[in-house]
Amino acid sequence: MARIELKNIVKKYGDGFPAVNDVSIDIADGELLILVGPSGCGKSTLLRMIVGLEDITSGDLLIDGERVNDLAPRERDLAMVFQNYALYPHLTVGENIAFPLRLAHGKVSEEEVRSRVQRAADMLELNEHLDRKPANLSGGQRQRVAMGRAIVRDAKAFLFDEPLSNLDAKLRGQMRTEIARMQRSLATTTVYVTHDQTEAMTLGDRVAVLRKGVLQQVASPRELYEQPVNLFVAGFIGSPPMNFLPARVAGDRLQLPFCEVPAPAVIGAERRQGELLVVGVRPEHFDDVEVTEAPAGAVTFSAPVDVTEWLGNELYAYIPFEAAAETKEQLAELDRELDGESMRSQLVVTLDAMTSVRDGDTAQLWFDPDRMHVFDPSTGENLTRDEERAVAIGELSEKLRLRSLERAARSSGGRKEPMGART
Amino acid sequence: MGAMSRKEKGLWYLGALFIVLYALLPVAWIVSLSFKAESDLANRSFLPTNATGENYSGIFSGDGAELFLPALRNSVIVCLVATVIAVVLAMFAAYAIARLDFPGKRLVLTSALAVAVFPVITMVTPLFNLWRQIGLYDTIPGLVIPYLALTLPISIWTMSAFFRGIPWDMEQAAQVDGATSWQAFRKVIVPLAAPGVFTTAIIAFFIAWNDFVFGISLTSTSRAQPVPAALSSFTGSSYFVQPTGAISAAAVIVTIPVVLLALVFQRRIVAGLTNGAVKG
Repeated sequence: MARIELKNIVKKYGDGFPAVNDVSIDIADGELLILVGPSGCGKSTLLRMIVGLEDITSGDLLIDGERVNDLAPRERDLAMVFQNYALYPHLTVGENIAFPLRLAHGKVSEEEVRSRVQRAADMLELNEHLDRKPANLSGGQRQRVAMGRAIVRDAKAFLFDEPLSNLDAKLRGQMRTEIARMQRSLATTTVYVTHDQTEAMTLGDRVAVLRKGVLQQVASPRELYEQPVNLFVAGFIGSPPMNFLPARVAGDRLQLPFCEVPAPAVIGAERRQGELLVVGVRPEHFDDVEVTEAPAGAVTFSAPVDVTEWLGNELYAYIPFEAAAETKEQLAELDRELDGESMRSQLVVTLDAMTSVRDGDTAQLWFDPDRMHVFDPSTGENLTRDEERAVAIGELSEKLRLRSLERAARSSGGRKEPMGART
Repeated sequence: MGAMSRKEKGLWYLGALFIVLYALLPVAWIVSLSFKAESDLANRSFLPTNATGENYSGIFSGDGAELFLPALRNSVIVCLVATVIAVVLAMFAAYAIARLDFPGKRLVLTSALAVAVFPVITMVTPLFNLWRQIGLYDTIPGLVIPYLALTLPISIWTMSAFFRGIPWDMEQAAQVDGATSWQAFRKVIVPLAAPGVFTTAIIAFFIAWNDFVFGISLTSTSRAQPVPAALSSFTGSSYFVQPTGAISAAAVIVTIPVVLLALVFQRRIVAGLTNGAVKG
């Protein structure tokens, strides 16, 4: 149980390159915070600084208000699950889980060790494997052993470093739910690193998006999705990713590749005549006129569909377009940063599976201009971000978080005692 | 890799058989010699016409025993002591080399390699003079020290390779779990490195056991003379008889501990222990 504060944390390596630059995050007690970003954004480095495996170049790391920059990992009392699990191959599953308790020998009696290992094994359904060696376990079982080793002692917080990236897709989904359930019921502060935005969105109370060592936005998944602060966050969150279209300001209208839309008042169109902006629309905010009728205020346009992908519950349609050279370069750069590699500029729309749109058709589509975002291409800043709405979303998700913690406390009160309640 | 055809497999077996025979023939020859009687030695046949144990009884009792048994004792003591010291020192050195970043790390490794390839014979004369001056000549420590020069470099090299093979994460996991550096080393790294330690120990032991140059140059009496050196001072039953049979018997005897060691630790040498520690 702990509150973790990061204050202006910087990590510089020998060559002076800042892997993590001036990151400040306040992680509340019992909160599950996700650190997410493309490879090389410094998320793992940040986690390793929290646990004490990397030195902090400058800034302060506080656990429960106490500065721990100079404490060794073992003095910080945090538990970590490594990406490759780092199980001890010479010990049985039971001894692996008991390892942290055995180190504190003298403090924990043999009987206590056995009962705690038993409880962790019950929770993770590892009972029948306690006497086996890690080499004989499947990937998912090894992952659970690694979690068992983390939860067996009353650590102040759990740290996860891409714990699911070595599992196959199905198992990953199951373990994700399992981690969420475990975190809720133990109500332990958790920091979770992942590069997978789906994991980030589904697991996190709040998500911190990092780019090249710089914190972009810390917010609830909902706020990241609805009110991203910049192009990078907008492009990172959501799958398929948000479409970025070049938009020329003309009068009080924005000219997009296939249509014109009224310019939102907040961007100050009169000051930006002739400027090239970037409009972002999520694929799922498009609809087929044939399937759903366009509501009032929606913009309807027709566009030639190049390729379609039918997924059963929905259909992706790809619509190529010619982008102006000046935005093209910047969008390609952004795409590379997001670990993508798009060859051509294209619009992706997610349509209802009932649609009759097929490869080569000209589709009649609509979208609601209220849901689009307008970005300044030079700074990447989101010009249409609604601060008030963002705050409201933030408050709502905080309320939901506290409620689920309360519920967890109530339900574990009914059990004999919560895991980790002893000292 | 596809399955080998029958013919291919047969050829591989044939090749392997040839190599094994080639390697074992001299050993078999020595064993055969050791069972031959004196009159039988030059009879131009591979097998003894009448197998006899007189060569063995000759080295374990009587004149031969006075020479051979102390030499055997010396060899065992010198080699064990040298091996233990080399392995313990090399373990710490290799751990530091594999895990820590310190100035002069490359220097340590290269100088270890330089010492390993340094011709032994060039060290002998200065050592001989020095040992005589400071009273180490013909003593057990006088042999242990040069043996360390032989075994340490190779031990450091093999063990640092082993330590590098142990995932860093394992140790960091131990530290996060609450272990001190020493606990992490003792409870996680040492058990994982055990196959490496055994392999290194055996290699070091063999090197020391097989040494002849230091043994013959730095000792003169049964106080410290090891077996390889003692063999060279064997004599036949009379001045005119070559001690071939006795030497063969002694050679067979000194081979036994080496073979036993290899067999006993065969399983430990197989370095498959880290399997399953991390996702491969």
